[in-house]
Amino acid sequence: MKLRFSRKHLCIPYAAFLALFVIAPIIIMLYYAFTDRNGAFTVMNFGRIFSDVSTISAILTSVSVAIITTVICLLLGYPVAYILARSGLKRAPTLLILFITPMWINFVLRLNALKEFFSLINLLDKSPYLNTVIGMVYDFLPFMILPLYTTLIKMDNSLVEASQDLGANKVTTFINVILPLSMPGIISGITMVFMPTMTNYVISDILGRSQITILGKLIENHFMQNNWNMGAAISMFLLSAMFVFTWLTGGFKSDSEGVARGSGLW
Amino acid sequence: MVKKLIPRLFLTLVLLFVYTPIFVLVFFSFTDTTIIGQWNGFSFALYAKLFSDAHIMGIVRDTVILAVVASLISTILGTAGAIGIFYSKKRTASVLNTVNNIPVINAEIVTALSLALMFALVMTFMNKSLASLLIGHVVITAPFVILSVMPKLKQMDHNIYEAALDLGATPTKALFSVVIPEIIPGMLSGFMLSVTLSLDDYIVTAFTKPETFDTISTYVYNAVKVPVHSALPGLRALSAIIFAVIVIVVILMNFYRKKEIKK
Repeated sequence: MKLRFSRKHLCIPYAAFLALFVIAPIIIMLYYAFTDRNGAFTVMNFGRIFSDVSTISAILTSVSVAIITTVICLLLGYPVAYILARSGLKRAPTLLILFITPMWINFVLRLNALKEFFSLINLLDKSPYLNTVIGMVYDFLPFMILPLYTTLIKMDNSLVEASQDLGANKVTTFINVILPLSMPGIISGITMVFMPTMTNYVISDILGRSQITILGKLIENHFMQNNWNMGAAISMFLLSAMFVFTWLTGGFKSDSEGVARGSGLW
Repeated sequence: MVKKLIPRLFLTLVLLFVYTPIFVLVFFSFTDTTIIGQWNGFSFALYAKLFSDAHIMGIVRDTVILAVVASLISTILGTAGAIGIFYSKKRTASVLNTVNNIPVINAEIVTALSLALMFALVMTFMNKSLASLLIGHVVITAPFVILSVMPKLKQMDHNIYEAALDLGATPTKALFSVVIPEIIPGMLSGFMLSVTLSLDDYIVTAFTKPETFDTISTYVYNAVKVPVHSALPGLRALSAIIFAVIVIVVILMNFYRKKEIKK
């Protein structure tokens, strides 16, 4: 019995690390979210999220950018993953690597490449909103392709064949068999694209020329202006949204593979 | 014919979207110009400038050192953690797995803000220091080591550990000579993933780093935001070099994997 005891205790340093640097910071943030500048208890910070014009506008911008980006990523990523996984291309694994390779380049440098390209084709000053969306798609597309590919390549082909043997045409088979079976990949793809697009302000700063304010930027602004309470409240709001979404989609199961950003990257 | 053509055309178009900006940047790294689109004849001038710029070279070095040190810590902490979690009671394991997933699925800005608040309030002695930066990077990378090592632990045949003990090995010896060799592929991919994430990070870095310290991400971010910045042409050369290194690594890995499969 003593032997197992020693192995189990190997998790103590990491458990302590998580408690100190993941749990404790969230508790401190929670404290700030529920207090005002003088440290008195208040729920007004949350009230202001839904009443303050700049916050509402940032929420609307974030949600619209995130929805458009996620839909475009899905519309581009699903066919790519489908062709790579199911059309019997000889070089499919090599092609997949081609799609993922950009993920290894530092993402700010990659955005700089896109910005320079935009200025080359005179697109940079046209629409900050459109530039931001293109930048988001450019950056997050591999995160959509990877989980979709993983799900599609593992799919049990006999179900597809059965559907065809029973007389369903290709479209019916796709809608009734392949699409439902690829739902786990679609969900983890959406998870990995939607949340970052609401908050990754580096993209909107560089390509939207700081004219697009998404929620992540708003949190940064509040922090920089020493309005920690408001920044903490918006963060808690995002954190709760993330928890609900993850819980609904069953992402907290430790063996769900899609949940890991970049899983399959190495 | 058309049936095969359309999918191929689609893949080509998406790949063009992905690679055109990078190739344009690489192309214009071979000419001495400040504005992209202007070709002043082939030259290595930007590369020469880049390599003679001690400031940027220092930043590249610091970024790599930070990534390697943070990833080593994450790999050790995460591997021990994964083994510990694996042999823990179900309830403990499930709590730790859930907490481990928080930095993975959380928006990076939320992780960054929570860390910044804590360092500014409670751990003031290390606020905006190399220590807080390093901790920030371990927070965002260590969970991925756990996620990489865990599947290997599940696949492993646990009888061999018992066998090693029966044959007289001490638990420590059995751990290092039996368990570790079994899970080393998971540790390696966890380490590589950590390096990638650390090199790539901007937001957590910006919130935890000392004022005077820059990584490639924070330096480029500040340079790109200014309309005209003297460093921009040099960044083209830097991007081209990083891209070349990545292509070489990817090709080598591909060869290595094919060899493994053939074996």
